[in-house]
Amino acid sequence: MTGADVLLLALGAVAVGAGVLVVTTKHLVRAGLYLVVCLGALAGDFLVLSAELVAWVQVLIYVGAVVVLLLFAVMLTRAPIGASDDLDRPGWPAALIGGGAGLGLTVLLVDAYRWSTVTLPPAGTAERLGEQIFQSWVLPFEVLSVLLLSALVGAIVLSRPDIGRAGPPGDGRAGRAGPPGDGRAADLVDSEPGGRR
Amino acid sequence: MRPVIPYVTAALLFGLGVYGVLRRRNAVLVLMSVELMLNAVNLILVTADTTARAVLPHSGQVFALFVIVLAAAEIGVGLAIVLQLYRLRATVAVDDVPLTEPSPPVGGREPAVLDSEAGR
Repeated sequence: MTGADVLLLALGAVAVGAGVLVVTTKHLVRAGLYLVVCLGALAGDFLVLSAELVAWVQVLIYVGAVVVLLLFAVMLTRAPIGASDDLDRPGWPAALIGGGAGLGLTVLLVDAYRWSTVTLPPAGTAERLGEQIFQSWVLPFEVLSVLLLSALVGAIVLSRPDIGRAGPPGDGRAGRAGPPGDGRAADLVDSEPGGRR
Repeated sequence: MRPVIPYVTAALLFGLGVYGVLRRRNAVLVLMSVELMLNAVNLILVTADTTARAVLPHSGQVFALFVIVLAAAEIGVGLAIVLQLYRLRATVAVDDVPLTEPSPPVGGREPAVLDSEAGR
């Protein structure tokens, strides 16, 4: 057991523990915050595994953007502040399939790698990864940029039902079926795609 | 460095993600569980980059970056769908969503309009 192993064990334990809390907690907001802990521990794992750039991108995109988006969604869907009892459906099948997948993969990987050791490769800095991306992986990179653009357009079209709708102009606005209550939530939802990117 | 430790972490996280997707009713929580699974895959890719000496160096980390981009796109579209669902049905419980819609698709928003007006 070297120092890297101890760090990997500790960070892995934190990540799995926070993951358990994400899928079992009764509080919606706390699930998002436990997800931050889990993703942060994974970023630490990436650092120990000498993947510097991936670790910082993980912190930037996952902790900085994805979790914030999830928390926005929790707020926009008017989640209750306290504990809610209707978050789960009763399910032995879920435990069976999830546990089966997790333990099956664990057995496979433990059987494949046992207690072997490897030496860490040179660190994946931005310079080395950039060389790889822009020399060997240019085409997937460009395809991904097209995918991001289409996802952006798709999210906007989904959130604005008055775009691309047949009928007289203004019909989409007038016929909006908001959630019961005042129209604030619907207005927030409408203004959300602009602030998303 | 013993690669079995991050591999086992990733396998357990993936199992937790599968459990969460099947168990949770709230669509936002389902998306969080999907993020857990995607991160488990990222951890596998980064660990494989250290254990397997590929022809192209750092391929695993490049793939992990690609997966992170895919996850960002997925969460954007997914949350747009969830918010639209909430606007239509005033609920985000995934098992309240009827998979078979009996009425013809007149625009997609008409049943909710009728529902909300009947409730008033």
